[in-house]
Amino acid sequence: MDGETMTSEWNTPVLELKNLTTEFVTKRGAFRAVDDVSLELHAGKTLCVVGESGSGKSVMSRSILQIVDPPGRVAGGQALLHRHRTARAGAGEETVDLLKLNPKSRAIRSLRGRDVAMIFQEPMSSLSPVHRIGDQVGEAIRLHEPVSKKDARERTFELLRKVEIPNPGKAIDQFPFEFSGGMRQRAMIAMALACNPTVLIADEPTTALDVTIQAEILDLIRSIQDDSDMAVLFITHDMGVVAEIADEIAVMRFGKVVETGDVYDIFERPQHYYTQRLLNSVRELDHPSERRLAMRKERPVGAPCLVSDNVRKVFGGSKSWFGTEVEGLVAVNDAELELRSGENLGIVGESGSGKTTLGRCLQRVHDVTAGRILYTDSSGLERDLAPLTENQLEQPWRDIRTVFQDPFSSLNPRMTIGQIIAEPLVVEGKLTGPQIRERVYELLELVGLPVSAYMRYPHAFSGGQRQRVSIARAIAPNPRIIIADEATSALDVSLRTQILDLLLDLQERLDLSFILISHDIAVIRYFCDRIAVMYRGRIVETGDTETVCNTPQHEYTQSLLSAVPVADPRARGQKQRVRYREAI
Amino acid sequence: MLLFYIGRRVLWAIPFMFAVSLIAFALISAPPGDYLTTFAATLAQSGDVVDEARLDALRERYGFDQPFIVQYLRWIGGVLQGDFGISFEWQQPVGQLIWERMALSVTLALATLMFTWAVALPIGIYSAVRKYSIGDYFFTTIGFIGLATPNFLFALVLMYVAVVHFGSDVSGLFSSEYQDAPWSLAKVGDLLSHIWIPVIILGTSATASLVRIMRANLLDELYRPYVTTARAKGLSEFRLIMKYPVRIAINPFISTIGWAFPQLISGAVITAFVLSLPTSGPLMLQALLAQDMYLAGAFILLLCCLSIVGMLVSDILLAVIDPRIRFR
Repeated sequence: MDGETMTSEWNTPVLELKNLTTEFVTKRGAFRAVDDVSLELHAGKTLCVVGESGSGKSVMSRSILQIVDPPGRVAGGQALLHRHRTARAGAGEETVDLLKLNPKSRAIRSLRGRDVAMIFQEPMSSLSPVHRIGDQVGEAIRLHEPVSKKDARERTFELLRKVEIPNPGKAIDQFPFEFSGGMRQRAMIAMALACNPTVLIADEPTTALDVTIQAEILDLIRSIQDDSDMAVLFITHDMGVVAEIADEIAVMRFGKVVETGDVYDIFERPQHYYTQRLLNSVRELDHPSERRLAMRKERPVGAPCLVSDNVRKVFGGSKSWFGTEVEGLVAVNDAELELRSGENLGIVGESGSGKTTLGRCLQRVHDVTAGRILYTDSSGLERDLAPLTENQLEQPWRDIRTVFQDPFSSLNPRMTIGQIIAEPLVVEGKLTGPQIRERVYELLELVGLPVSAYMRYPHAFSGGQRQRVSIARAIAPNPRIIIADEATSALDVSLRTQILDLLLDLQERLDLSFILISHDIAVIRYFCDRIAVMYRGRIVETGDTETVCNTPQHEYTQSLLSAVPVADPRARGQKQRVRYREAI
Repeated sequence: MLLFYIGRRVLWAIPFMFAVSLIAFALISAPPGDYLTTFAATLAQSGDVVDEARLDALRERYGFDQPFIVQYLRWIGGVLQGDFGISFEWQQPVGQLIWERMALSVTLALATLMFTWAVALPIGIYSAVRKYSIGDYFFTTIGFIGLATPNFLFALVLMYVAVVHFGSDVSGLFSSEYQDAPWSLAKVGDLLSHIWIPVIILGTSATASLVRIMRANLLDELYRPYVTTARAKGLSEFRLIMKYPVRIAINPFISTIGWAFPQLISGAVITAFVLSLPTSGPLMLQALLAQDMYLAGAFILLLCCLSIVGMLVSDILLAVIDPRIRFR
């Protein structure tokens, strides 16, 4: 897949986009989501389209098959599918311009799913919840090939086996909601592969998945591609994934392709400043923050201030009517953890590992089923938060604050930024109106927002700015501990370091301690002094971040780390992946 | 899984029916006095002398002096054996009085339900898929008029139009020659030729609201990712919409069986009066006014049972159509 395979086919693309332009027509005029994009896809090669949110990469991929939802429409350009260069080749030369076809015509429908197939980001919602897996996968076969129901079912079975779904005979009659996210994505892939497509368009297929599952899905796509010589258009925002699978890269920004090239060229000699910035922010994230290391030298970490002593949280366990015990879900299983003052502690784990629940228990937003939460307040007094009532928790809740993941839904859209930030102060009731206003101005400045933000509403701000507002709200009552729950996960990479730097800045000025909950090892490595790895409600490993990342002890940590894609194409295939199977 | 679900649902319906029968009985015993007081009052009004001793004897015979729970147990015991008691007013067994009227009511309700679905489903789908088109606006306007017009008024208008402009007989469910005739194919045909007017009248507002519900639900589903997935598969627009979003948006349609059924039967009272339909509504109203408790009780009980059965049917259909429900 390197330079050697650049044979004659290299110059003969199977799908060519020429000056593709897609517009969204609104009352305020047309907005160009895709602006004059030209790309080439080659058989057996993977073209990665990278870009941050809103760069138009997803709309571009949908434009090819003309399945952009209204009010979007393809405004111009060509998408030439060279059918004669594929396995489906007839006798003569056959090139179809997909954009010339009527989006509802039979001609384009017969190409969708057969010559060009797609996989989407959300495995949860991209499959119909009320149709069986076998039906949805088999439908793709029966649409394009005159096969009997029985044959289609047999082929579906084969496809499910090919995408490594365990027990395909049972899975074929199951519904999507009986599957995990990874299994659903496998089913999606099976559906896309149903008619051996020439071109596979994968729109962020692994973004919603955990890293270990992401690694498996990427492996799967690659192995299928090796078998079938399919061209893959892979859309992602994750440079690690790009380095893992791309042959060629196209970087998109504001609807335009700013740079294209061979994967090594782009990673090693990026030309466009935007590509450089993108790569820098990724590379920066993979190392401990210089700033943090310097800060720790000046001000060493102090004594433990928040200790989780065998905290256990069970959801939904209760006695049923007939006295039988209904077993609850153990979300947090005897967690032992301590946060020291002036320290950043990271909690890492996959979805469903109980990391968020643990965070909420530590703040005592959730009741805990068993165990103690020992909090040492500013006067040095240690208290167990676990048995306290809401009234008694008032002060601890001011001292321990949360920043949430989604900057879009964690701010009330009907309140001004000023009101949002002032709310905890108003609730506290210590300051007068003018004093609160003064304090909000001060906080806005602290988090790097203009004072003019005071009177404006959240919708006027971008994701990064909103997260700054969340942070300002969190630090308003002079807290001592901030629990940041996936605080950077919804942000583009280039913004992540900015927000993390802001948090470090605040730590220096305000003497804060942080608990950062994340599924993203890179973010934790940058920001956290110590790390706790959670798996199925248990903390399987804790320790100094660098030590754990470099020499993980627990097998689960090893598998987690080995699955994280490295943003360096030269490292591809060098890392041995460890798969973790829990011993029961 | 599905059979287990259905079994559980059916079992749950049984205690529910008993609870409902208790409430039904409590309701009909709730007004002060009993049939005999009403009877006495009517007699007194017409100047007849009321013999207290005879009333007491009657009261004892009917068991009106017994405590509530005893009366209930006697009644429900009879009902379980198919004996609904005697109608005081008509001096006939209740069973004889109500069956034909109940059957006609149910027929009318079912016909209305079918009509509602048959009209609302395609219009709802059309309105959602062609949102803000002229057709959508047209149906929306018609729908709002349909929702806002009271049934009885609509009945009067329709009757007027039918009689004055077409000269056809529109009242009742049968022509006069079939009124008391035994059931035959010709009588069924006569019923069919009469039933459409009450069906349209009763179905209009339900149709209008179902169109709105279908439109709103389908609009929520039309731009879901799974629709894009199906489109990328190469399905034609029509099959795509019918197979995926419509299938999911149709749930509230099924749920309507549960509530539309009793509503159609009880809500049809005024329309039944206006059109002088031989359905259960007018008779029930009369029974209630006269405190003819066994007759009224039988109606209320049957209506409640019908709604429970309606709910049961809609729950089972929902589980058949939406696997997420039966797995929960």
